Amino acid sequence: MPSATDNNPAILFEDVEKRFGDNVVLKDLNFSVAKGDRVTLIGPSGSGKTTILRLVMTLEELSGGYIYIEDDPLAYEKRDGKRVALREKHRNEIRKRIGMVFQQFNLFPNMTVMENIIEAPVHVLGMSKADAKAKAQGLLDQVGLADKANQHPLQLSGGQQQRVAIARALAMDPDILLLDEVTSALDPEIVGEVLAVLRQVAETTDITMLIVTHEMQFAKDVSNRVMMFDGGHIVEENTPEEMFSNPQEERTKQFLHAIV
Amino acid sequence: MTYFQELAEALPRIMNGVWVTLGLTLGGAALAMIIAVTLGLMARQPNTLIRGIARAIIEFFRGTSLVVQLLWLYFILPGLGINLNVIFVGVMALGLNYGAYSAEVVRGSINSVQSGQWEASTALSMSRVHRMRRIIFPQAWALMIPSLTNLLIHMLKGSAVVSFITIYDLTFRVDQLRLDTGTWFAYGLVGLGSYFIIAYILTLIMNMLEVRAKHRLGRGESLREMLSLKPARPSAETGVLP
Amino acid sequence: MTEFEWNWATVWDVLPTLLGAFFQVTLVVTVVSTAIAAVLGLIIAMLRRSVPKPVDAVIKFAVDFIRMTPIVVQLLLVYYTFTNLSAMVCGIIVFGIHYSTYMAEVYRAGIDSVPAGQWEATTALSMSKGRTWRAVVIPQALRATVPALGNYAISMFKDTPFLIIIGLVELVNAGRIYGANTFNYTEPLTLVGIIFLAASYPTALLVGRLEKRLAFSY
Repeated sequence: MPSATDNNPAILFEDVEKRFGDNVVLKDLNFSVAKGDRVTLIGPSGSGKTTILRLVMTLEELSGGYIYIEDDPLAYEKRDGKRVALREKHRNEIRKRIGMVFQQFNLFPNMTVMENIIEAPVHVLGMSKADAKAKAQGLLDQVGLADKANQHPLQLSGGQQQRVAIARALAMDPDILLLDEVTSALDPEIVGEVLAVLRQVAETTDITMLIVTHEMQFAKDVSNRVMMFDGGHIVEENTPEEMFSNPQEERTKQFLHAIV
Repeated sequence: MTYFQELAEALPRIMNGVWVTLGLTLGGAALAMIIAVTLGLMARQPNTLIRGIARAIIEFFRGTSLVVQLLWLYFILPGLGINLNVIFVGVMALGLNYGAYSAEVVRGSINSVQSGQWEASTALSMSRVHRMRRIIFPQAWALMIPSLTNLLIHMLKGSAVVSFITIYDLTFRVDQLRLDTGTWFAYGLVGLGSYFIIAYILTLIMNMLEVRAKHRLGRGESLREMLSLKPARPSAETGVLP
Repeated sequence: MTEFEWNWATVWDVLPTLLGAFFQVTLVVTVVSTAIAAVLGLIIAMLRRSVPKPVDAVIKFAVDFIRMTPIVVQLLLVYYTFTNLSAMVCGIIVFGIHYSTYMAEVYRAGIDSVPAGQWEATTALSMSKGRTWRAVVIPQALRATVPALGNYAISMFKDTPFLIIIGLVELVNAGRIYGANTFNYTEPLTLVGIIFLAASYPTALLVGRLEKRLAFSY
């Protein structure tokens, strides 16, 4: 008999549904992500992959079904067969295990780079300011921006801003990291510097990652699993090697053909 | 005596009026800001009851005129057993009226802060209060200053009507001066001139606040850079002064 | 100490007086002054675009000066200077001029929003200056200014009680006088507030809707 720890996934989607008004984006979606997995979601725009990330981060309200983070219900739970919304306080506790990096960086312009990184560790996790600063300096070192601590975000290039955003997310020591098209807003020549940082994070940590990207080479290098989405459904899933060299479904073939 | 000698003689009283007018305006502004932030935040709550209350208060104080509110407080509050100093009645009327207008500015500015900022703070597990205080409001503040400047000047101008309830403000003092000098000298030169100078100074101060707020968001030069008289730095490309 | 009491007999007694002042004075001042502000504002805006820079600087200073100083003092100045004018005429003139400085800014923005290509096209077609303004620029500039005019009309409406300072018996003053004569301010002043709200709130909603409609159809 498999022990509970063997199959307690980092993320579990159960009958998930998401509607925007009449528009059904996700329906009856079931999948799980094991701890330490690096899963890349691919598919045409509007296929629901970004919505999945935003649901995990509770940036969108779940229309139906359940999401579990390490076996804990995220936004809704079953109680006596009923679907009950969980309080903001509970959601916030679960959220602490999850970090997110956005397409538009979303650094706080009213704070320096250092203040951006230590704000949440100090005021949300209750870390001492000295510890948070030391940790932030280490992370800035890791992303190659050790000398930018006292700059304002808008003084940095897009690539630098995104690297700060990665450091800011990592400063919270997340178990799960969500990467939402993190290079889409960048000029082609600086995409590499951001992906290099993320590759290194993938190699040196065991953080579970859920990635939405159009960079297929990056997906191949970093992830151990790729899921192809279309119209809110999983069309196909496989290892990146298999998926990119030998796609099974017609829809996947079309998509991969179109973007290469 | 010439008009200017009359003015010199009346100057202490007029300066007293200037201080009363400034006190009314700044006191009214302080009260308005407290009301504006409270109502502005309430007006964006998801709870219908809280939002409804805020909307009703905002529309009530915007819809009934400043002078009506002033006279209501002046004539009717004593009947309710509340006896306030007239200056405080003036400050209350100005604060309530312009607070309601400013609440819309606060609400609109908070809503204009980019959605990415809200999402990033949620992703960092910040509480609602923390998010508003540390992330959203500082950014909204820079957006609201220009409109608040307009309202502040409106309030300064509106304060002139309080002389009607026997507050000895600048307008009241200028009215006294008219008896000794001409209409144009008293109302035109001294009256309008003083108000214009006060309005100008208030605008300058608000503009400085805006420069500072924008600089904190990493946009534009700092106040010190702007006010310094040292020559502009040579541009990077040419090394030559523009 | 008087008690806070609400007496319906007083309401019916004072209401005709208040409505009379509202329709015969407050509304008349608002409407006529709005018309003056609308026309004068346009003249100022066009003038500022047509005159040489130094003259424009003088106009700009005058406009700023009027806009940044209290209507109350302006009312006193005009009222005591032109002693042959009635308080109502003084009010109409001062409100019209004061608000024309706001309208001028609105028109200026409207005129600036007409693309440069439109001016160039009229030059290419050898249209006269007058014709360019009348047929091309003003129709395009004016459209966006209609809601602003509405908003300033409402704003002016709420400023009309300033006329109390020169003794004009408009709505608020009518309520105050009734209160002074009967030693009872509660009903008259509360009614005055209700009338203001009843007149300004629906108008504001209407202007808001107009604003949205015009913004969309562009």
